[in-house]
Amino acid sequence: MARIGVFVCHCGENISATVDCGKVAETIGKLKHVVLSTEYKYMCSDPGQTLIKEAIKEHNLTGVVVSACSPRMHEPTFRKACAEGGLNPYLCEMANLREHCSWVHEKNELTTEKAIDIVRTQVEKVKLNSALQPIKVPVTKTAMVIGGGIAGIQAALDIANTGHKVVMIERSPSIGGHMSQLSETFPTLDCSQCILTPRMVEVAQHPNITLYTYAEVESVEGFIGNFTVKVRKKAKSLDEKLCTGCGLCTTKCPQKKIPNEFEQGMGMRPAIYIPFPQAVPNRPVIDREHCTYYIKGKCKICEIVCPTKAIRFDQPDEIIELQIGAIVAATGFDIKHADFFPEYGYGRYKDIIDGLQFERLASASGPTSGVIKRPSDGQIPKNIVFIACAGSRDPAKGIAYCSKICCMYTAKHAMLYKHKVHEGKAHVFYMDIRSGGKNYDEFVRRAIEEDHVNYIRGRVSTIYERNGKLIVKGVDTLLSSMPVEIEADMVVLATAGVANSGAEELAQKLHISYDSHKFFAEAHPKLKPVETNTAGIFLAGACQNPKDIPDSVSQASGSAVKVAALFSQNELTREPLVAVVNRMGPPLHSTCVGCFLCQAVCPYQAIEREDIKTRDGKVLKSLAKINEGLCQGCGTCVALCRSKSIDLHGYSNNQVYAEVVALLNEY
Amino acid sequence: MSDFEPKVVAFVCNWCTYAGADLTGTSRLKYASNVKIIRFPCTGRIDFMLLLKAFANGADGIIVSGCHPNDCHYTSGNFHAKRRWIMFKELMDFMGIDMNRVTFSWVSAAEGAKWAEVVNETVTRIREMGPYVSYKELVNKTIEEEVKNE
Repeated sequence: MARIGVFVCHCGENISATVDCGKVAETIGKLKHVVLSTEYKYMCSDPGQTLIKEAIKEHNLTGVVVSACSPRMHEPTFRKACAEGGLNPYLCEMANLREHCSWVHEKNELTTEKAIDIVRTQVEKVKLNSALQPIKVPVTKTAMVIGGGIAGIQAALDIANTGHKVVMIERSPSIGGHMSQLSETFPTLDCSQCILTPRMVEVAQHPNITLYTYAEVESVEGFIGNFTVKVRKKAKSLDEKLCTGCGLCTTKCPQKKIPNEFEQGMGMRPAIYIPFPQAVPNRPVIDREHCTYYIKGKCKICEIVCPTKAIRFDQPDEIIELQIGAIVAATGFDIKHADFFPEYGYGRYKDIIDGLQFERLASASGPTSGVIKRPSDGQIPKNIVFIACAGSRDPAKGIAYCSKICCMYTAKHAMLYKHKVHEGKAHVFYMDIRSGGKNYDEFVRRAIEEDHVNYIRGRVSTIYERNGKLIVKGVDTLLSSMPVEIEADMVVLATAGVANSGAEELAQKLHISYDSHKFFAEAHPKLKPVETNTAGIFLAGACQNPKDIPDSVSQASGSAVKVAALFSQNELTREPLVAVVNRMGPPLHSTCVGCFLCQAVCPYQAIEREDIKTRDGKVLKSLAKINEGLCQGCGTCVALCRSKSIDLHGYSNNQVYAEVVALLNEY
Repeated sequence: MSDFEPKVVAFVCNWCTYAGADLTGTSRLKYASNVKIIRFPCTGRIDFMLLLKAFANGADGIIVSGCHPNDCHYTSGNFHAKRRWIMFKELMDFMGIDMNRVTFSWVSAAEGAKWAEVVNETVTRIREMGPYVSYKELVNKTIEEEVKNE
């Protein structure tokens, strides 16, 4: 027999100014099963909560309805108060008399009537509530960081420094990411490698970090605190324990004409190679696609010259299985490449390059040792044009967003050019200068005022070649849209930042959502920028959207704190408002017919197949089974289930039907 | 008919429309008090048989509202609701229920003003349409006949 207590709150005058709280309490007190109906000025205050706690004991209540503000505001408060009063917290419901009644209606009879209806509905609902226990799941205190760029490095180091184990997965042969390719960084113009490489070494040497380079995530199963991740370690064709990284093999390799990815195709590398001198780990890999041995079946010069006999031509890919508690996705970004800008002649003219190529030209360790030479003939360009927003903010190109970093790096490029080629002229075509950030706008002003970079506000319509010069045609919109024509020796396109290749596949493996540009989606754009909608998986860096280094590092540290907070508990407690398959009676007689339509609609892969077997192992029937750790309680399966075999704790079929009936019928 | 006050039930999701309706309150925007809200975790949870149950119990109009496409807290619940709604609409049409009695809308947690608009617009429409009794009578008649046959 239900014994319900109803507590009507005045919320100062917020509710009582329009709703006759006395009448509400009085009317509700006459309802069947309601043994106590009382009102108070501030239910959420300490005396208010004490009132509830004492009433639970005094009246031996089996359910509580607090008629006050939105449950989104104070449901946890009152559930906690009930728990302290000795009542299961899930036997407490809230009737929203403030946001959904007193604040939105005038003071009259109808408003009080509506308030009574709202409370009645919750009384009927709470009668059908069941006492639930929070779900506890264990936590594996090992984190996985996917991606070894600056964001991944920061996240891994921060997590490792809290004393937890970290596994870092990087698909290329070295960690470092795009930052390792950069020459100098804005707004300080300090050398990128100088600030990055010590951290790369720290990752490799940290006792809590296990580093797998040349490895990719194969599959991810499980849920927060309990992921099982399969990782494919691609064959490096090398025994890493024996290799000393002397590099003799890379100098003797006869195949030397492979475009170097690290140099953005502006240099060549051998088939057995170390991506760049400061690579971590500093061990070569064999690029089997281009290696003469793998193509023609003979060569093996590297094997012959190797002093430690470390080369392994028959090494297979290895799949390793890891138990992981939390995952940080830090897979970074890419930039738009050739063929995307036919109007700018990219791909046709050698002296039109992208921003990352310019970084390599300006880098002291780059193909030209830091001298700005144009790719076609190695001449130093005397007149250089930078085009910002190449692709970005251009819905016609399918990229409506701002790539955020280009304004700043274009200013940096122009500055670096002027610092290296004093007599040269640098022109920048831009749409708007977006330089929000600490010391960012000052940096752009410096480029314009101190280094005399010629900023032209307008877009470039076309680039073509005439007498060995690149003719850049555009407009200056600040000069009444006057046509501008510049004879350039070299053009640098600040091409749009886009999602990294394979981002979509990885998101699907991780079961996280991604936007139409294949950037990973955060759980909330403002208040949960680090979390994803899948519990236990966090984001860091430019895999979410193009970001500069400070933003990537901040977010990485943010994600590390989220992981550390998760790992500070031995067991996770979760709200038990999850779906449940009706298993009254023996499993063979369950109403579940095993159609598994629920499995198809579940966004969390929380529905498993359970086989009911005879003693000799014959499968009699397959039933749906909810994994409580994975279920987030959306209830999509409940509405879909044809045989009404799944129900949702807190929003059961009985409860919602009771609410509808109570709401519409006279009392 | 001028004194007719329609009974409107709103089935809303917790994360967008319920929060949006909270915002309507916090912004002190006024709307008709005829509407009463039932909270669901997600529009994907809404079993559309509930709509029939509501009509059978005397609802004159119904609002179903959740997160905008792609904004679902549970990734895809609103898409499932939308699909189910498309199917269900056909069934309701076949049964002779006037589709104007049901409002299907997306109201986000930031759209307090939109919620007030959706409610007022629905209540005005239903008020003009008058009380809805035919489905309720039909259900009651069926039950009576069944009781008689037994």
